[in-house]
Amino acid sequence: MHYLEMSKMRAHNDSQRTIKCKTMKIAIASGKGGTGKTTLSTNLASYLAETNRVVLTDLDVEEPNSGLFLNSELTHSEDKYKMIPQWKENDCTLCGICQEVCNYHAVIQIMDSIMVFPELCHSCYACSELCPTNALPMIPKKMGELKHYKTEQFHFVEARLSIGEEQAVPLIKQALKYIDSNYGNDYLKIYDSPPGTSCPVIEATKEADFVILITEPTPFGLNDVILAIETMQELHKDFGVVINRYGIGNNDIISYCNNNNIPILAKIPNDKEIAILYSKGELLYNSIPAVKAELEKIAQYISKLFTNTNS
Amino acid sequence: MKEIVVISGKGGTGKTSITASLAVLGGKEVVVADCDVDAADMHILLQPENLKSEDFYSGELAVLDQNLCTQCGNCFDVCRFDAISVNNGIHQVVDLSCEGCGYCARVCPVDAIKNIPLNVGKWHIANTRFKQPMVHAKLGIGADNSGKLVAHVKNIAKEIADQYNRKYVLVDGSPGVGCPVVSSLSGAHFVILVTEPTVSGLHDLKRVYELVAKFNLRAGCIINKSDLNTSKSKEIMQFLEHKNIIHLADLPYDEAFTHAMTNCKTIVEEDDSAIITILEQVWERVKTEVRNKN
Repeated sequence: MHYLEMSKMRAHNDSQRTIKCKTMKIAIASGKGGTGKTTLSTNLASYLAETNRVVLTDLDVEEPNSGLFLNSELTHSEDKYKMIPQWKENDCTLCGICQEVCNYHAVIQIMDSIMVFPELCHSCYACSELCPTNALPMIPKKMGELKHYKTEQFHFVEARLSIGEEQAVPLIKQALKYIDSNYGNDYLKIYDSPPGTSCPVIEATKEADFVILITEPTPFGLNDVILAIETMQELHKDFGVVINRYGIGNNDIISYCNNNNIPILAKIPNDKEIAILYSKGELLYNSIPAVKAELEKIAQYISKLFTNTNS
Repeated sequence: MKEIVVISGKGGTGKTSITASLAVLGGKEVVVADCDVDAADMHILLQPENLKSEDFYSGELAVLDQNLCTQCGNCFDVCRFDAISVNNGIHQVVDLSCEGCGYCARVCPVDAIKNIPLNVGKWHIANTRFKQPMVHAKLGIGADNSGKLVAHVKNIAKEIADQYNRKYVLVDGSPGVGCPVVSSLSGAHFVILVTEPTVSGLHDLKRVYELVAKFNLRAGCIINKSDLNTSKSKEIMQFLEHKNIIHLADLPYDEAFTHAMTNCKTIVEEDDSAIITILEQVWERVKTEVRNKN
């Protein structure tokens, strides 16, 4: 079907269905890795795309996996660069200012030459702009790739860090910029975030209107989701919890959420069939009704949020 | 002293459960280092008693003194991190965006900006419930510089191993391929890769192995939940063979892992002799590999 026809149909459907989650930015995160971020991101994007215009972005730039679960066609690809200083020996007076101003020890004077360590450089430009003889111009260095795909239902953007590059944040920033300049308010934006609670997660979630934290009901899952919850509270984010593999472990996560007034949006059951479908790279909700029911709960919750913030 | 690092690329493949089990099997020969400083979980299984705790300072944060500031905007002009905000002409530092480069302080004409050292977390020297030394840490929320904290935890663990004549430092790494993983690989003698037979498991294994290969490190792989998808397992085996990675073991999909974790125990303390035997063989094999490396 032609894309325009599809969007017309969708506009028609939208007026009939209650779930409208447009214009929101939703980040899916977790403290612990392997709790189901990508599973939820891909299934939720696909499910919401039945009634919304959706763009899913994989911001887990170190290990981007969402694309493995989508049948999509590549429509655009670009290399992404970070800027690093390059030493121009002939212009350099060896005054030592560059070394002095670099807080990351990425520019070091050894005997009568200047060495640049690109993996330590944060692209602050201090050495380059404070050099009195312009002997350290900034040049681009490839740090990763951004790829834009279309599935039948929605758009998908993946950012992928080159192996050996250590800093995820600059690439995440560029991916977010790409989304903002290509997608207006008529798109629901879903971000598959990296694991953990450090700088890459902050970058991936800080512009989100709502964050879904997905965890599993085990001691590891609980420990790490509490860290993620504290991070979201620090950022003053509106968030809710989804419990994956519900049925294993214990009920501590439920007590924790209840005691702290944290909404539990859904409980995705533990089911070996889900694990097998996942292992093959397949979406779940069309084969497993229980998953669809849980996605619907999340959709309803998000939809309500949207109505509240716009009324 | 030899350093053995356990990583996986993908999170949730069983890295920490397996590392903790190997730590139990390694007993008095081992110093444990939990280098997943971003979401550390090993303490849940090994329940260490902290003997010494210290703050970790790394990097800096710009602090602006409004009493001195003339609102000239130099800081705003040079900041590449959007870490200076302007509201009604008032300049302020956005703490979470500041990367501590110090450029703003250098161009401030009235010295209104100072850089203060940043407390990015805490590290501990501890004794596990198996009476082994363990070094672990917790990165502060949203902190940068996790790589430096990882390097610090490893260095302390190595010092302890040297001092107390422990043969191995066993390192639990973090997921991904970024700065904390690079830090945990530097100086390693052997790498244990833990994967699972899923599309993402294999994809992430390939990426993280590319990093391991850059360091020229010998590696072995454990395929966890190997019976979940036998054709994917075969694909992983082919990859291992192709890259000359040692196939250390297949572990079955077994709820006993979750059961043990829920009881805050390692799998080798459960009554499942099959998995214990497999992991014992893994530990012996790893030791042989590390010895031969000399």
